[in-house]
Amino acid sequence: METESAIQEIARDGYSRLLAIVASRTYDLAVAEDALGDAFHAALRQWPNDGVPQSPEAWLLAVAKRRLVDEQRRKSTRDDAEPLLRAAAELDAIEATGRPDPSSVVPDERLKLLFVCTHPAIDVAARTPLMLQVVLGLDALRIASAFLVAPSALSQRLVRAKAKIRSARIPFTVPESPELADRLESVLEAIYAAYGAGWDDAVIADSPRRELTAEAIWLARVLMHLMPDEPECLGLLALLLHCEARQSARRDKQGNYIPLAEQNTSLWSRPLMTEAKTFLARASRHQRPGRFQLEAAIQSAHASRAFTGGTPWSGIVELYRKLLRIAPTIGGHVAYAGALLQSGNPQAALCELESLAGNEVTNYQPYWAAKAQTLLALGHNSEACVAAQHAAGLTQDEAVRRFLMKLVSSGASLAL
Amino acid sequence: MQYAILFYESEADFAARSGPNSESYWGAWMAYTKSMQEAGVMKDGMCLQPPATGTSVRMKGGARKVQDGPFADTKEQLGGLTVIDVPNLDAALEWAARAPSASTGGVEVRPMVGCEG
Repeated sequence: METESAIQEIARDGYSRLLAIVASRTYDLAVAEDALGDAFHAALRQWPNDGVPQSPEAWLLAVAKRRLVDEQRRKSTRDDAEPLLRAAAELDAIEATGRPDPSSVVPDERLKLLFVCTHPAIDVAARTPLMLQVVLGLDALRIASAFLVAPSALSQRLVRAKAKIRSARIPFTVPESPELADRLESVLEAIYAAYGAGWDDAVIADSPRRELTAEAIWLARVLMHLMPDEPECLGLLALLLHCEARQSARRDKQGNYIPLAEQNTSLWSRPLMTEAKTFLARASRHQRPGRFQLEAAIQSAHASRAFTGGTPWSGIVELYRKLLRIAPTIGGHVAYAGALLQSGNPQAALCELESLAGNEVTNYQPYWAAKAQTLLALGHNSEACVAAQHAAGLTQDEAVRRFLMKLVSSGASLAL
Repeated sequence: MQYAILFYESEADFAARSGPNSESYWGAWMAYTKSMQEAGVMKDGMCLQPPATGTSVRMKGGARKVQDGPFADTKEQLGGLTVIDVPNLDAALEWAARAPSASTGGVEVRPMVGCEG
């Protein structure tokens, strides 16, 4: 039992580090995953009898290497086998040093994995799932549920992405500037998407998606450690921590949805908010603002209600303006309208919402929810009713649906 | 591509159709189908009476076997369906997840025969 938990701990901590070492030498994620998977299987078989080796990670690498050599024998052309042979030789060198921890011999190469998984040559829809599978070792079934795709379709997508990496020889490297900024943004976006996929279900106890938010935060922490001089990495982590701080305030005891402005701030996590603030302050010292720093700053402004009792709405409006200049997303525009409404300017909020193109917002739920609130504030009750109904029809969240249907009936009674 | 979205509802869902919660039950379904109509994806739709009103028939060795109620006595029963026309399964799943019964019962998405175009 003790051995098993030792293996689990190594798998949690070291899987991605070991995979990075193997994959960046073979250029083949699938082969690297198989080789490492075999190594962990062998550990489960042998360690309970023989005891945990003195250098478990070197042991695992040695087994993975033998598997690569076998694989090379099976490959018919020399061309295919070349990288495998070279990889095996390099892994030999690591093993030969006999250090207790291979990470003291080779640098942490997980960054390369993150950049490969989010490479622009890979289908956008595959990037976050690929990252979750490769870097965190999550199984495809769980990822499929989080992203609302059929498990078989997701598996195919992952296989295709790995084949693309191998056949197109997408390099396992950390890009250099000037490319770095764009490439880093796709890494950050993928982690943010992972958090978002876990967010909707995070309020439901023992939902399989619940842990996805924690996994995303863990990835953001790893990224920050690997790139300590990138303010956007700090910004992303600060943003996620601010969101995470409010998890237990998003629903009341009966499971009813509570909008951000009405949440009980005593339920917000002080330690997480403080941590977020520290990271954001550290980011701003670089004086290189960016999308995630601005998003974190907006959340930080919301968080200040826990300390001052009031939300600085005009400051938030200003931050959204800055954000929209560099990242004019539909979600950003809708959130900006929400801030305008809260700052006491419903007319401007309505203008902002109506400036958005119709086909872009037809099925965008937050747009209709914001529109309903805005129209209600302006006293256009029957129009508010229609918008709230539309928003209710588009949500996947039962608590949000209940909240909006209440808005529909209150709008209807006001309209009479 | 056309898909049928089959709504499986719990006993509580069927009960909510009449009684004190009926307004919020029907309101949520109306909101949902209206959103599909406005998105221009909805081709057809129907709502079924509760499973207790069903009667099942089988021919066994030439003899008719008539039985009260639905075939399988499962926790969730078919309550209705819609047919939608969307580009792919991911889009169909997106609509399926928005159904009120996705939170309370279950929803199945099935491609229609002969509607692959």
